[in-house]
Amino acid sequence: MTDKDHLELNRREVAATGTAAAILPAIIPAALASTAVAAPTDGNVVLQINGVRHDLGRLDPRTTLLDALREHLGLSGAKKGCDHGQCGACTVHVDGRRVVSCLTLARQAEGRAVTTIEGVASAEGRLHPMQQAFLDHDALQCGYCTPGQIMSAIACVKEGHAHTAEDIREYMSGNLCRCGAYVGIVAAIEQVVAQGRAS
Amino acid sequence: MNPFDYTVAPSVDAALAALGRSGRPPRILAGGTTLVDLMRLNVEQPASIVDINRIPGLDHIDTQNADALVFGALARMSDVADNPVVRRDYPVLSEALWRAASQQLRNMASLGGNLLQRTRCAYFRDRQYPCNKREPGSGCSALDGINRSHAILGASDQCIAVYPGDLAIALVALDAAIDVRNPSGARSLKVADLHHEPGQTPDRETALAPDELILRIRVPKSRLGKASTYLKIRDRESYAFAVASAAVALDLDGDVVRDARIAVGGLATRPWRAQAAERSLVGKVFNAAAAAEAGRLALQGAVTRPQNAFRVDLGANTVAEALKIARGRA
Repeated sequence: MTDKDHLELNRREVAATGTAAAILPAIIPAALASTAVAAPTDGNVVLQINGVRHDLGRLDPRTTLLDALREHLGLSGAKKGCDHGQCGACTVHVDGRRVVSCLTLARQAEGRAVTTIEGVASAEGRLHPMQQAFLDHDALQCGYCTPGQIMSAIACVKEGHAHTAEDIREYMSGNLCRCGAYVGIVAAIEQVVAQGRAS
Repeated sequence: MNPFDYTVAPSVDAALAALGRSGRPPRILAGGTTLVDLMRLNVEQPASIVDINRIPGLDHIDTQNADALVFGALARMSDVADNPVVRRDYPVLSEALWRAASQQLRNMASLGGNLLQRTRCAYFRDRQYPCNKREPGSGCSALDGINRSHAILGASDQCIAVYPGDLAIALVALDAAIDVRNPSGARSLKVADLHHEPGQTPDRETALAPDELILRIRVPKSRLGKASTYLKIRDRESYAFAVASAAVALDLDGDVVRDARIAVGGLATRPWRAQAAERSLVGKVFNAAAAAEAGRLALQGAVTRPQNAFRVDLGANTVAEALKIARGRA
């Protein structure tokens, strides 16, 4: 593997899972994850994440959706930046709408479909067009904000708030990038919008 | 974050029953964008919270009612901002909503909760500092502290914290009202009467009792909606609180002003309707000089401190500019 290949691999993994080391799925206790839909166990918190049902047991009501994802389920794609809803690094979709998972209590997400960066690629592992666009346009540097940026960008296009670069900047303003990759981020979103028009 | 009991209310009656129980009243959880944030800072320390998000029908948006736009308390800011009738006929409302926060927060935050958003005063949010709003009698750190963004209208010697919301500014301009339920009945009040000035009791922020629940917001339909705007001046172009803002609406007969509404935000301790400024326009020909005079009148009575004195002119210019934008939409 050349250095360049290694770099590409890392960048791809950042866009795909929000982590540069794809070891995390191994630590999810297999018993907790199940695709079968069953009635919630009395008192237990049950979340539907990326199409998979997870029983989190008697979760402390203080647990945010972000902490449930990261600390209880090993889904560390969504990042904890400010933990106050100001940076957007923790953006996920709940019932198809982008929200900040750091200000969402896990129990508020019960019975709703949660999608994280780990759930946007196809089942065969083909990147989501937005993930690919972020790679094509070098829309990241350190990569920490990238999972939140991509989740927000996917929603931004779906909402119809990505018709112009000005629109994109306005409706992506809840995702901060301290590396300043904004030019690439806007270009990546424009590419996905153009692909949508072409298809 | 302190531990708390968490209850999901399946209905308004269930929520009211939970609120009416004896002991320290629970806090209501809607979008959570203010409450969860402040709980993490230990500024809010409820022993229990009642999640009202599962109450069916409380998120309705009705623009077809003949007399009023009706928004359920749980209607989300993003949905109302993007509503086609609101955008077309009441741009001041749509703009006040989409120029607030970020799209993620607007997807979460409810209209009812947004009205009750608590101040962003940095001293209120930081328990290291005395704050009369957080801890009555402890003092106000902002009076001689960093107060560039603090209130120049409606403040007192106990508190100069700004009311941070945008929607309420537009609602006050449009004479909106809220319908409220409590364990013993129901009542309605004007949004203009919802927020208190701090006076000697800055901890008492609104006219609502702890056991009252906002059910809906009603905005009377009027000809004032179309020629309206919410102009928000910020330190950055997007996703920031107002340094100064103005909600204005005009009803014009040619160049003559039949009716005018002006409220300012980001400058006052509560949503601030500027009726003297409105009166100065009514019956007169609208022009740049009239707009400037209305701006000056809107900031009448401002009390400044060295760091925030610039916001008198900024506020007056914001009102004048907003009036010109609204005029362009007539």
